Amino acid sequence: MTVAIIQFGGSNCDQDVLHVLQDVVGLDARLVWYKEEDLSDFEGVVIPGGFSYGDYLRAGAIAARTPIMESVKTLVTEGKPVLGICNGFQVLTESGLLAGALTTNMYPKFRCQPTCLRVESTGTPFTSRFKKGEVVRIPIAHKEGNFYATEDTLAQLEHDDLVVFRYADAKGHVTDAVNPNGSQENIAGIASTSRNVLGMMPHPERASEDILGSKDGLKIFESMADHITGSV
Amino acid sequence: MRYEADVIIELKSGMLDPEGTTIKRALEHLGYTPESVKTAKNYTITLDSDNIHTARENVEQMCQKLIANPIIHNYTITLREI
Repeated sequence: MTVAIIQFGGSNCDQDVLHVLQDVVGLDARLVWYKEEDLSDFEGVVIPGGFSYGDYLRAGAIAARTPIMESVKTLVTEGKPVLGICNGFQVLTESGLLAGALTTNMYPKFRCQPTCLRVESTGTPFTSRFKKGEVVRIPIAHKEGNFYATEDTLAQLEHDDLVVFRYADAKGHVTDAVNPNGSQENIAGIASTSRNVLGMMPHPERASEDILGSKDGLKIFESMADHITGSV
Repeated sequence: MRYEADVIIELKSGMLDPEGTTIKRALEHLGYTPESVKTAKNYTITLDSDNIHTARENVEQMCQKLIANPIIHNYTITLREI
């Protein structure tokens, strides 16, 4: 029942995710250096935030093509949960495990700030503890978080209930004014068609304890733990 | 044979180019009136290959597998023998 937290050169939120999973949620987790190619002992994966490979070429592009990602794909086909946070989301889109692409913020600046998200879908292993339409506070920290997909892909995401989080105001209204990066349809997080892969730009590990100002992000890890331990 | 490929990666038309827009605004502050500014990345790749066709095929694959993201990019390849 151990979750792998994959470390690439330049990952920097790995220890935070480890702390939340182990010390707050109470789930076994282990940091896994990207050169370890066998993930068969793990029940789930988190690809943490950071700047893998210095964001060279495109954010997430190089990490997405490392051999360990083939092992991640195998876990995905086995139905195990895979969560990509920030740079991890970028890695998942670049690897083809999630649709669309994360491009430069509309106002091309690194934005590090609290955001409110409306929970759009509870039908994933990461959001089962939420209520649909609930507003949660989870911060962002990125420069390439502007979600882009073709019109057909967007329509498919909406139709299949794969948009999981949208940037919203505190009351849950989805408006341009609260869109921090220009993402289409205010999309902050999406799931795969198989529903067991979630990518999100906001950092739930930075909102998982009261001392951090919000523990709304904790439910994502708790939902994942429920799924892994079979308690839901 | 040795070849040098110039690969230009551009955003597909209609896509936001925030960097280009910022540069355009800065040019306007300097008194210029460009109609548009678009950014692109240029990669120069040197490779050995049997002939120019296999070299092109090789560079095409590099673009499709890594250098470009087909969801957001177009690319052009200019190849010459060196």
